[in-house]
Amino acid sequence: MKVLVPVKRVIDYNVKVRVKADGSGVDLANVKMSMNPFDEIAVEEAIRLKEAGKADEVVAVSIGVKQSQETLRTALAMGADRAILVVAADDVHNDIEPLAVAKILKGVIDEEQPGLVLAGKQAIDNDMNATGQMLAALTGWSQGTFASELDVDGDTATVTREVDGGLQTIKIKMPAIVTVDLRLNEPRYASLPNIMKAKKKPLDEKTPADYGVDVANRLEIVGTSEPEARAAGIVVGSVDELVEKLKEAGAV
Amino acid sequence: MTTYGLTDEHTMIADTVRSFVENEIYPHEDLVERTGEVPPDLAQQIKQKTIDLGFYACNFPESAGGAGLNHVEFSLVERELGRGSMALTHFFGRPQNILMACEGEQIERYRDPAIRGERMDALAMTEPGAGSDVRGMKCTAVRDGGDWVLNGTKHFISGADHADFLIVFVATGEDDTPRGPKKRITTFLVDRGHPGFTIRDGYKSVSHRGYKNMILDFDDCRLPDGAVLGEVDGGFAVMNEWLYATRITVAAMSVGRARRVFDYALDYAAEREQFGQKIGKFQGVSFQLADMITEIDAADLLTLACADRLDKGLPANREIASAKLFASECLARVTDAAIQIHGGMGLMDDYPLERFWRDARVERIWDGTSEIQRHIISRELLRALGA
Ligand SMILES: Cc1cc2nc3c(=O)[nH]c(=O)nc-3n(C[C@H](O)[C@H](O)[C@H](O)COP(=O)(O)OP(=O)(O)OC[C@H]3O[C@@H](n4cnc5c(N)ncnc54)[C@H](O)[C@@H]3O)c2cc1C
Ligand SMILES: Cc1cc2nc3c(=O)[nH]c(=O)nc-3n(C[C@H](O)[C@H](O)[C@H](O)COP(=O)(O)OP(=O)(O)OC[C@H]3O[C@@H](n4cnc5c(N)ncnc54)[C@H](O)[C@@H]3O)c2cc1C
Repeated sequence: MKVLVPVKRVIDYNVKVRVKADGSGVDLANVKMSMNPFDEIAVEEAIRLKEAGKADEVVAVSIGVKQSQETLRTALAMGADRAILVVAADDVHNDIEPLAVAKILKGVIDEEQPGLVLAGKQAIDNDMNATGQMLAALTGWSQGTFASELDVDGDTATVTREVDGGLQTIKIKMPAIVTVDLRLNEPRYASLPNIMKAKKKPLDEKTPADYGVDVANRLEIVGTSEPEARAAGIVVGSVDELVEKLKEAGAV
Repeated sequence: MTTYGLTDEHTMIADTVRSFVENEIYPHEDLVERTGEVPPDLAQQIKQKTIDLGFYACNFPESAGGAGLNHVEFSLVERELGRGSMALTHFFGRPQNILMACEGEQIERYRDPAIRGERMDALAMTEPGAGSDVRGMKCTAVRDGGDWVLNGTKHFISGADHADFLIVFVATGEDDTPRGPKKRITTFLVDRGHPGFTIRDGYKSVSHRGYKNMILDFDDCRLPDGAVLGEVDGGFAVMNEWLYATRITVAAMSVGRARRVFDYALDYAAEREQFGQKIGKFQGVSFQLADMITEIDAADLLTLACADRLDKGLPANREIASAKLFASECLARVTDAAIQIHGGMGLMDDYPLERFWRDARVERIWDGTSEIQRHIISRELLRALGA
């Protein structure tokens, strides 16, 4: 079975995000970019499936600016076998919308015929949480979202989903789209030998036109603003004082 | 952010080591600072993770079981390790390259176990009476039958507390030269616990708590010919061939640490308010930040350029001395300025800045003091002109 893993290049989770002066988005010039952390988990899971003998090839795909190559190289260094880069934007600030991404992924699926797509549940830049679901709709495949456990067995997969208030376990038919949540696994570091090997692994470059997809944005961003600053905390001397303060604040 | 001359692969190596340091080293730094010790199980854990990642002894050629990194790649590893506590990153093992001079049985006994992480090494040159003036050493080895008998004391020997064996430089004779007597030096490999050889606690250093320096005593310590690394009287040749490049390590680590320190200063300047505004708005603060980052970038590029010269087989002695000098002094200025920007809080151990400031101090002293580097740089330029 072939596993396809879409990976997105996003602002590094350690970077303190700054809103651009004109409110059109977040400043991405000269900031550290990394693989979306949920996608790292997806890559890790795909590699584990391969190590367990349940998958025989892991293909990483990224859609975005040319620099997404670095993100793909990271996936290759973690252990993916090959990569596909769909260059869909010149400007790092141009975020391709989920529907366009899903359509391109549908094109990649038609070409590659994977048995499973493992995607992050959302990208930490705009938290859309839509691509996996849209892809399932476009392909007509089953979907298991927010996976915190995954067991692939022949033509079915058992997915434990993190839902509000608990866990839900479902059985779905393969081929399937599974989007992964934080607790599924702990992604590995790229090992030095794999980093050195990554350069020699194939990385194909494509364009949206190759899949007949128009990536023009449909959504308009009307504004971006900083979250409201949180008030500083205070240190209380005793439990009694804590209870009193909470009462004052109307919290108990 | 890309850096001049670096490839995606370089960036990935640096990013991986940086994540490792942030996740596996930073969380334990306070413990080491507080106790001055690295718990053995933590040391073992760092070592094992490094081995699993294929980074252990990454400075050694693939033919010897290392990862075969070139100088630029290895400098990037050192740079990112420089961010973390040296007491801890010591176990992200990088044995002395000089072990490549091992021959015959020495390979299975010293070199390969060091590369596999089974035995740790330390290197001993300095003596109470011989620091910068290495040739002034008083530790001697004399022939007795087929053996060598060592006597004397070495001090400031880093990592000897964890070392299973030592690489030791001692005098094995003296030549008369027109400029006076000149010691001949030979390199020996000595196991911990060898009769006549003791390792004892050294001094308490203000820099790098938990990264200990030890004192070595040789008291009629008898060693066979097989303990000689390289040629008899060939200690300087061994040194020149293998220790030449280790000064880059100090430069690279200084750059990494300076970047970590800079980020603290930048964040503080952007958050702390006095006189009704962020202190970063005062030129007195913002211009300090401008100077800091300019120097750090310069030190980074200078260091990588030296490493690149080594990779290209070009002479680099003068350039490495410049990088070691500039990067270690840059780190001193950056840590000092970072404390200044933090005001009184910079001195308090609530922040790690006072630690970075203390740690920075040794970088201008070990692996050749700033004065010795200036000596190397100026001699190389002036000697060519007959001065
Ligand atoms: C924490 C620590 C760990 C160390 N670890 C090791 C180790 O693992 N192995 C090892 O072998 N050594 C080690 N060293 C020794 C280190 O390399 C020496 O400290 C260093 O070479 C300087 O020698 P010194 O301290 O004896 O100073 P000295 O050589 O006595 O120098 C004193 C001062 O005189 C100046 N000076 C000396 N000669 C000249 C000159 N020709 N021109 C101008 N100025 C001059 C120096 O720059 C310095 O300012 C360590 C040192 C420290 C502090
Ligand atoms: C060990 C110690 C003992 C002390 N004892 C006492 C005491 O007994 N009593 C007491 O009242 N105080 C005491 N202090 C406080 C001391 O006077 C303050 O630390 C000092 O005034 C600086 O204030 P700050 O630390 O809040 O730094 P900040 O004022 O926050 O300064 C941070 C940085 O911003 C810079 N900066 C601030 N404003 C400007 C500006 N307008 N233009 C340019 N740069 C600016 C500063 O120079 C500094 O680099 C003590 C401090 C220490 C460290």
